[in-house]
Amino acid sequence: MSKKVAFLQGNEAASHGALYAGCNFFAGYPITPSTEVAEVMSAELPKIGGKFIQMEDEIGAMAAILGAALAGSKVLTSTSGPGLSLKQELIGYGCIAEIPCVIYNVMRGGPSTGMPTGPSQSDVMAAKWGTHGDHPAICLTPASVQETYEEVIRAFNLSEKYRTPVMVMPDEIVAHMRERIVFPEKGEIEVVPRKTPTVPPEQYKPYDTSFGDVPPLAAYGTGYKFHVTGLNKMPDGFPTTKAEVVQAEEERQVRKVDANVDDIVTFEEYLLDDAEIVVVAYGSTSRSARYAVNAAREQGIKAGMFRIKTFWPFPDKQIKALAQKAKGFIVPEMNLGMCANEIERNVQGKAPVLGIFRVDGEPINPDQIVEKIKEVK
Amino acid sequence: MSRYELRFSGDGGQGLITAGIIMAKAASIYEGKQAVQSQSYGPEARGGASKSEVIISDDPIDYPKVTQCDALLAMTQEAANKYSHDLKEGGVLLIDSDLVKNVPPGNFKTIAFPIINTAKNDVGREIVANIVALGAMVALTGQVTRENAEKAVLSSVPEAFLELNKKAFSMGFDKAVAASA
Repeated sequence: MSKKVAFLQGNEAASHGALYAGCNFFAGYPITPSTEVAEVMSAELPKIGGKFIQMEDEIGAMAAILGAALAGSKVLTSTSGPGLSLKQELIGYGCIAEIPCVIYNVMRGGPSTGMPTGPSQSDVMAAKWGTHGDHPAICLTPASVQETYEEVIRAFNLSEKYRTPVMVMPDEIVAHMRERIVFPEKGEIEVVPRKTPTVPPEQYKPYDTSFGDVPPLAAYGTGYKFHVTGLNKMPDGFPTTKAEVVQAEEERQVRKVDANVDDIVTFEEYLLDDAEIVVVAYGSTSRSARYAVNAAREQGIKAGMFRIKTFWPFPDKQIKALAQKAKGFIVPEMNLGMCANEIERNVQGKAPVLGIFRVDGEPINPDQIVEKIKEVK
Repeated sequence: MSRYELRFSGDGGQGLITAGIIMAKAASIYEGKQAVQSQSYGPEARGGASKSEVIISDDPIDYPKVTQCDALLAMTQEAANKYSHDLKEGGVLLIDSDLVKNVPPGNFKTIAFPIINTAKNDVGREIVANIVALGAMVALTGQVTRENAEKAVLSSVPEAFLELNKKAFSMGFDKAVAASA
């Protein structure tokens, strides 16, 4: 039997990816350029007995998905820059209370309401540092419609596996672009279930680390009663200021990601084997970079691309290795140098890092990258 | 390289993004080629400049936007002025002859006929002007067959309007063939 294909937008693909992953609860507040996700979820969730709620605002939507997740649902919200800012308080709550959820944020021009219909990549730092305090951060930056579908599934899996919020951040171009998508069969892509308690309700503690760094999470309404708070907490979920407990808990929460970087970080290496010039790109910009690298190769320049698929945790190890041999790095991005800073942190002065930064709502075209490649040469 | 670049441009509300989507769908789903459609538009619900870009290729497509346009549809004078600069030598420019009075100069082939008026008077509804334009673009670019494009149209419009859109598509196709003869 041939597989089902469709001609879809990135946002539509994201919604179908969420449904494949078992998402059965969506709460959101419509905002360009992410509204299509809410549209699809509002049509599809009722058909499978799921729930769709349009909340009064973005923080309300974030609160709703955290609550639903604690009641056992697999949850999604979608938004864009200004909405992401409003959600940040409760994203931190999700991190400390260790609640699995997926936040799909389409990057548009900012700050504030900025340029609603213009593409941008300027939310990548907000994905890690937007909510205050030390916390784990996972952020995926897909570059095609098919990949958006698949990365949303992976986001659900990571959120369950590590019991933490996960962000998927396409730029507006990827989110609104249409391409052919081939749907996987049921069972073809792994769907990770939530780890639930093996102990009876009276013995259950929501943060019992004797089960490892990621303790099982019970669902409210199944007989398990437990306390959830945004305060630093003890294994039973009640607040504490006990120094050694707080220190250990904070470290554990961050360690869930830090100790599993190799499991989480994904990337693509394109023509890097003999590359002297490495273009580091992500999202739609990587498509310009691929075009540019091919054009440079045609002119006899040894250029290659490192494509970031997982922006957080950042592929530190891979960039450090590339810095040992590369003559120069080029970082095209639709912001004023957010990824370039991370590259410089890893390259540590071993090679020049040249940025191509665009915040005018226009995509970075391949010619700009080719010109920059020649500059290094 | 087989990369072929089309741009549908005009005012927001003229249905040009839809026309681009159907063209790309025809190429990608029915013709078996690779296709990417993207768009840019302003914050207005109606009005303001709007464009929809389609890249068609036999190979996987990286950059999803136009680099050098092979075929341009301009439904307003503003769009014709703004977007004809990166039209390739030997490319195709399709304009609505009632709306674009000053034909931009260049080494490309210009095809003109009253697109909106064809929809209004010959098909019977102005709202299908985008499908008239699409039919013409299909005829002028040769990237997808007439049959595959028609299939894409019919699978993209509401059931109650199949005949209307079919007629609009045919009318646009035939008028473009006649106008370029």
